[in-house]
Amino acid sequence: MNFSLTKEQELFQQMIRDFAENEVKPLAAEVDEQERFPIETVEKMAKIGIMGIPIPKQYGGAGGNNLMYSMAVEELSAVCGTTGVIVSAHTSLCAAPILEHGTEEQKQKYLPKLASGEWIGAFGLTEPNAGTDAAGQQTTAVEDGDNYIINGSKIFITNAEYAHVYVIFAMTDKSQGTRGITAFIIEKGTPGFSFGKKEKKMGIKGSATNELIFENCVLPKTNMLGKLSKGFGIAMKTLDGGRIGIAAQALGLAQGAINETVKYVKERKQFGRAISAFQNTQFQLADMNTKTEASRMLVRKAAYKKDNKIAYSVDAAMAKLYAAETAMEVTNKAVQLHGGYGYTREYPVERMMRDAKITEIYEGTSEVQRMVISANMLK
Amino acid sequence: MKIVVCIKQVPDTTEIKIDPKTGTLIREGVPSIINPDDKGGLEMALQLKEEKGAHITVITMGPPQADLILREAFAMGADRAIHLTDRKFAGADTLATSYALAGALKKLDFDLLITGRQAIDGDTAQVGPQIAEHLDLPQVSYLEDLKFDGEKTFTMKRHIEEGYQILEVEAPCVVTVLSSANTPRYMSVGGIVDAYQKEVEVWGKDQIDVDETLLGLKGSPTSVHKAFARGLKPAGELYEVDTDEAVGIIINKMKEKFIL
Repeated sequence: MNFSLTKEQELFQQMIRDFAENEVKPLAAEVDEQERFPIETVEKMAKIGIMGIPIPKQYGGAGGNNLMYSMAVEELSAVCGTTGVIVSAHTSLCAAPILEHGTEEQKQKYLPKLASGEWIGAFGLTEPNAGTDAAGQQTTAVEDGDNYIINGSKIFITNAEYAHVYVIFAMTDKSQGTRGITAFIIEKGTPGFSFGKKEKKMGIKGSATNELIFENCVLPKTNMLGKLSKGFGIAMKTLDGGRIGIAAQALGLAQGAINETVKYVKERKQFGRAISAFQNTQFQLADMNTKTEASRMLVRKAAYKKDNKIAYSVDAAMAKLYAAETAMEVTNKAVQLHGGYGYTREYPVERMMRDAKITEIYEGTSEVQRMVISANMLK
Repeated sequence: MKIVVCIKQVPDTTEIKIDPKTGTLIREGVPSIINPDDKGGLEMALQLKEEKGAHITVITMGPPQADLILREAFAMGADRAIHLTDRKFAGADTLATSYALAGALKKLDFDLLITGRQAIDGDTAQVGPQIAEHLDLPQVSYLEDLKFDGEKTFTMKRHIEEGYQILEVEAPCVVTVLSSANTPRYMSVGGIVDAYQKEVEVWGKDQIDVDETLLGLKGSPTSVHKAFARGLKPAGELYEVDTDEAVGIIINKMKEKFIL
């Protein structure tokens, strides 16, 4: 057993930390305040390979692994939760399922563009009446010669307007329930495919979240991802991987809040001394750091298992559950330790607290993670 | 075109502290980086490679842990890396350092040799020019910009105190570069993945063309007599006054100190 990073991973961490500090952090407050998608950051990330970390070199990726990818999402999220989820949704929810389930032709067509960051990816599963109950899909795909005709809508889609390619799910046979769901790849600009309203969110405000609308949208059969009726399995497998990304985002948010708080409590003076001299501050910080480090271990273990082709579904659920709840608790404490200033937008911890909340909800709520974990215990 | 870039591993002096009792650097916990002027030199080489095509070799002399900056250079886009390391090199001053480097460089074929202006730990700015002397090559120091005509001639912009000079120099030659010449790129993710798959060539004294008596501490005519930290200056005095009054205050202060 070895808890050390390799030299390669250390060098990677150093690079990504420098990048986050110099290129991402300076924009974080503005991106949140203006609810603006940081497209210039995506271009910079694309240039150095951050948009294709775990994609093999043969498909234009960096040839890295899921551990490196999780480290990247962590470091980016430590300074900007929005940037973390852009990379996570793009990589885990679009590039990864195409890599795992796509035909060679689909991989050749989409992966080089996604890995290079020329195209941004997104994922559409959630519908107004199918959230946690993903089986309640109402979007339909009806066979028509060499095509499928898609009708329906998807909501809360990350990267939506800014993405170029989407992995979406639709009912090909309603009578079969989850066994009647099929996955498809759809490109922006396909006739009949449009965007609905942009959501106004509590946090991760810079990430674009829209509704996707399909009105008699014609897709060639070659755009089917995986086999007919195998979409539910693809969705669940994809979300297993996605949870590592979101757990890493939550971990980064917690670490970012700790970094800010450590700095603040050394400077802030009350009763004639820095508040870091008070035992309450010290004990709070100790708890924050311990839980965040525990999150890190869970995230890295899940990523390690995925990289080594060991079943990781429960590990990813545990990592996401614990890291998300820790992020909420740690950012809340960070605001408390900042006092009144922490409640203002002059300091980043209130943004981190707002950003942290979503990690308990998307890509499977904390309740869903508990279902996954306990189901495995009781089977 | 073949380019060789000399780089050095240095402590990140922006994060360094000096032990007030001993006057020495506190090295513990201080990250090591590629010397900033050298990184500017590497970036200049990488830009030339993109524009005109080039093969870039990086070379460093230093202890085993200096391997890290060669990996970093690979991850930025260097093609070949040579690590000069040998106990016999230890304790070298600038002359012995440049002598050993020149001994290695004689084994390499290049059109352009780039070094940083100076290292942030020693601040001598001597090694680059000394290498040029050892190799008997033309040298241009303090470079801000460099263009290559694709054949044999470089056009260089050299920083001088009052402005700049534009020079034309033929290959092969040696230049020293300022960190202000450019903004070095980040390592790429793919580059980092490859950096540890590539081989760093490790050369000791026996692999290079040198006289052993001129290496390391033995070959160093200079030595550090004493290093000390400057005491902290007290906070200055701040006056918020108009110009006339300010002039008066300054003249009085200068008289107090017998400057006037």
